[in-house]
Amino acid sequence: MAASFEASSTSFTPLAALAGGLLIGLSACLLLLALGRVAGISGIAGRLWGAAAGDRAWRLLFVLGLLAGAWGAHALSLGPPALPAPGRLSPGWLAAAGLLVGWGTARGSGCTSGHGVCGLGLRSKRSLAATAVFVAAGMLAVYVLRHVVGVL
Amino acid sequence: MKRAAVALLAGLLFGFGLQWAGMTDPVKVQAFLDVTGPWDPSLALVMAGAAGTTLLLFPLIRRRGRPWWDVRFHLAERWEVDARLLSGAALFGLGWGVAGYCPGPALAGLALGNPELWWFLPAYAVGTWWGRPKTKGSGNAGLTSPGRRTPRH
Repeated sequence: MAASFEASSTSFTPLAALAGGLLIGLSACLLLLALGRVAGISGIAGRLWGAAAGDRAWRLLFVLGLLAGAWGAHALSLGPPALPAPGRLSPGWLAAAGLLVGWGTARGSGCTSGHGVCGLGLRSKRSLAATAVFVAAGMLAVYVLRHVVGVL
Repeated sequence: MKRAAVALLAGLLFGFGLQWAGMTDPVKVQAFLDVTGPWDPSLALVMAGAAGTTLLLFPLIRRRGRPWWDVRFHLAERWEVDARLLSGAALFGLGWGVAGYCPGPALAGLALGNPELWWFLPAYAVGTWWGRPKTKGSGNAGLTSPGRRTPRH
């Protein structure tokens, strides 16, 4: 991996964003059409271990595909080349964030993909409410940490 | 076999899309959430492309009555907006803002060798375990149907 790093602002990339978003939407459609499953990452990954034997393989393969797909796009020089700068966040902040994301998505039954991409497509009122709340909470966290506390 | 292939293909499309759209970069995600800073609206267009596609095609898919290779669609059976949903979404959103990772990009970023994820992902796994409903029949926390007992093929 090339060691190139970046600052805290990024540039607007509308075409790549739309193209990537379209692929994510098509992935969700394929999974629903073929397997009848919702492409919610927290749900798919969260039950990798708890799932019954016959319910596990598709989850594992989806996650492996997720990694391989990201690697493939990166290999084709699509998307960001850089890794976050070393020391951007301390291990403590990273672990706290991971804990909150795991806890919150399990408690709230979904994440950006399950509620945002799929739940909205299913016209679910629960997902619309959840999406509005997690986007607002994310904006609040960045505002406070970056502009009030000055951590980010 | 065909079920396995399609699961892999769906994962590939998803991961490819995340990286192409720049969503594996937590700084870009935070630049979307930072509405009072130098705002990067890319994430809104990712969501528009993705949710626009599902809004358009999901109704057509569901009209078929059942998926190709399963007996039924595995969808949520709860429709009420309750405190558990909203508090969960709030906790998730706070964590998302702190580091710039939601579950998909955090997993996909492993393939890019992002060292931050060695701290984030174990904590994420602990949090997932912690946040699950502690009642009998655990593992029903997801968006998909809680009623499923016997997976079929």
